[in-house]
Amino acid sequence: MRAGIRRAINTVMACLTAFAALLVILPLILILAFLVYQGASAVNLDFFTQLPKPVGEPGGGMANAIVGTLILIGLASCLGLPLGILGGVYLAESRDRRLPWVIRFLADVLNGVPSIVIGIFAYTVVVLPLRRFSALAGGFALAVIMLPIVLRTTEELVRLVPASLREAALALGIPEWKVILRVVLPTARAGIITGVMVSIARIAGETAPLLFTAFGNRFWHQGLLQPIAALPLQIFAYAIAPYDDWHRQAWAGALVLILMIFSSSLIARIVTKGRYSGVR
Amino acid sequence: MADGILVKQLNAWFGALHVLRDIDLTIAPGAVTAIIGPSGCGKSTFIRCLNRMHEVVPGARAQGQVLLNGEDLYGPRVDPVQVRRRIGMVFQKPNPFPTMSVFDNVAAGLRLDGVRNHALLDEAVQHALHQAALWGEVKDVLGKSGASLSGGQQQRLCIARALAVRPEVLLMDEPCSALDPIATAKIEELIVQLKKALTIVIVTHNMQQAARVSEATAFFLLGELVEFDKTTRIFTNPSDRRTEDYITGRFG
Amino acid sequence: MVQEGGTAEGLSLPRLAHPTRTTGRWGDHLYRLLIRAAALALLVLVLGLVIVMIRAALPSIRTFGWRFPFTSTWDPVAQRFGALPLIYGTIVSSVLALLIAVPLGIGAAVYLSEVAPPWIRPPISFLVEMLAAVPSVVYGLWGIFVLAPWLRTQVQPALGSTLGFLPLFQGPPYGVGMLAAGLILAIMVVPFIIAVSREVLLAVPNEQREAALALGATRWETTRLAVLRYARSGLIGAILLGLGRALGETMAVTMVIGNRPEISASLFAPGYTMAGMIANEFTEATSDLYLSALVEVGLLLFVVTVIVNTLARLLVWSMGGAVKEVRE
Repeated sequence: MRAGIRRAINTVMACLTAFAALLVILPLILILAFLVYQGASAVNLDFFTQLPKPVGEPGGGMANAIVGTLILIGLASCLGLPLGILGGVYLAESRDRRLPWVIRFLADVLNGVPSIVIGIFAYTVVVLPLRRFSALAGGFALAVIMLPIVLRTTEELVRLVPASLREAALALGIPEWKVILRVVLPTARAGIITGVMVSIARIAGETAPLLFTAFGNRFWHQGLLQPIAALPLQIFAYAIAPYDDWHRQAWAGALVLILMIFSSSLIARIVTKGRYSGVR
Repeated sequence: MADGILVKQLNAWFGALHVLRDIDLTIAPGAVTAIIGPSGCGKSTFIRCLNRMHEVVPGARAQGQVLLNGEDLYGPRVDPVQVRRRIGMVFQKPNPFPTMSVFDNVAAGLRLDGVRNHALLDEAVQHALHQAALWGEVKDVLGKSGASLSGGQQQRLCIARALAVRPEVLLMDEPCSALDPIATAKIEELIVQLKKALTIVIVTHNMQQAARVSEATAFFLLGELVEFDKTTRIFTNPSDRRTEDYITGRFG
Repeated sequence: MVQEGGTAEGLSLPRLAHPTRTTGRWGDHLYRLLIRAAALALLVLVLGLVIVMIRAALPSIRTFGWRFPFTSTWDPVAQRFGALPLIYGTIVSSVLALLIAVPLGIGAAVYLSEVAPPWIRPPISFLVEMLAAVPSVVYGLWGIFVLAPWLRTQVQPALGSTLGFLPLFQGPPYGVGMLAAGLILAIMVVPFIIAVSREVLLAVPNEQREAALALGATRWETTRLAVLRYARSGLIGAILLGLGRALGETMAVTMVIGNRPEISASLFAPGYTMAGMIANEFTEATSDLYLSALVEVGLLLFVVTVIVNTLARLLVWSMGGAVKEVRE
């Protein structure tokens, strides 16, 4: 008798957890469905090639925003990637006693800082001295967001390279820096690329830190020291505006943004297929 | 009185890998049966088939008949969960629940069954701890975490936990391999005491242990049952050449 | 000369230095300098962030003192700022989000780690990861045009007529408001809770499950007895991580919360979060004091999220060596 009840409870709980899993996925499906439904109609060649039209005029596109996002990612990578990879190598290889622990802790702290706070940081450090919003400021903010991700991934990856590989190279009389450059990093390459793509996917979608650094621009940017458009910024601006045409373009922008993000995640996944099983 | 187990044509697989072939074995009640053999011969898989733990691993399956008191444990309407109440198991590495006290560990099986009466639980836990020769050492620390005991004590705690639900059979998968010689000796003593009320099947890679505690011994090799006989016969005058080679240390 | 070197498994192998090597020396020196510089750069960045923010918030701190988090007025014209409605909005929306996301998230994690047949795990995990990759602004977009109208036309009227005696569900159904913010935050936070919970659950040694199964426990009883109890602190860590994420979330929330710095008992009412206020007002700040007040809000947010996240990591880390680090 008691056994029957226990069996029943087991089945009920199994169903409940399955139901939870289903509920969790549901919003994703809904959101993707809406994106495609609403956005696909507005995604056309114009979207990719034209600038935003003035208020009230229908049509136009988000060419500058798409390019702007790419430029910002590029700028962020210039700062974030070298610091992140070198720092990751430091954490994995250094024989210092206390500093690595501190750095690791700070990287985790930085990872959890809300991106809007990082925006404030970038504002004070880049926008105020230059007295203007700029692509540089936006790139800096994104670099700070990207840094801890690249750092920790690189550290984890470099640690995974077997010590025996290192020992063999060192025993051949190769200096340590060459061992890192020619043996360790290439072995960890696939995983590091994944970390990089993951961090790019993350910063591509960031809006908050750009609100008062890159600021956005309805035209092509006039240089890295000028405000620059970015896809998420444009989506935000259009979404909260009162024009239907802009709403449609916001959906289109969102669709393009999601495709960009998913494809970089996908590339990351393909690159590491089978080679590395640690990162989830 | 304890029941014996009749195993007929037992086969087991891990995915496509055929790890047990056509095992036929009779496990006598009220006695200790030892399973010996080199690594990978299927002895752990075999006893895990007896309490239907083998199929817990994804991709694993078993086929055949395992008759406990005439009832086939692999019958079509048999609930594996119920099988495991009747056949208890002790593992190689002691695994008490660390978030539970000594008392709660032993009572765990009973509580699962819905026993709430504190007097009943008290009595059952005491009895089980006595049976496992652990009562004297833990009677004052029943509230401490199960993981705070020494290795040998933890293993006896696991034995008490298994005994508390009064199984008909106790399976032991290399119970002493993680323990020091003194703890091992205590558990072997325990086994000799327990077999009066229980049927015990013990997997061991230690042949002297098998010789010390068991009445019957089965020798497995590469998934097959090579020889099964009285322990004294197996170790002094085995019939199969392979058994003799293993016993004398020529391989394994 | 033999030095100790660390490897992934914590195994220490002696490393030989090269006393006879002279040509590689400068390369090694440069290399070690470079990587240490990169590490120090991170240190400088984080310290710089803290220092810069404190300095920028000083005028506001000096003007409003310790009463800043407890005052309700947010009046740019009179130059009087108090962060209480913002703190209220942040906490209420985050707590609401957790109330929804935690049972669903841990339930889904239990499903994935203990219940689901092996072939289901990869696709569902993949979908959960995709959920985590969707940017905040896209969630906000969906929130404005899909969620809020649905709430306004279907859900809120229904709640209002059935449960309207509770102050929680009173007031006009705007659609946007605290309820929308809580729901959208829940959707955004769930993937993180699932990811961390899964790691935590998988770190429970299999022997514990076997011990319970061998006693004749059902799958659910095994999960309850041997897994969830064992993983308790790690799961609390996962919840805290979700909280940290929710507290700092900006765009999606500000797009659906109504952006009014008011405190109300009703979930239908609009509100405002700390991050939202900064996002909306930073470029509109008309005075230095205003800007400084916004930075102070940011500082408060920073401190709270750092505390919550650090606590969370400690809890997850205390689960044992198998859960080495937390993926965000």
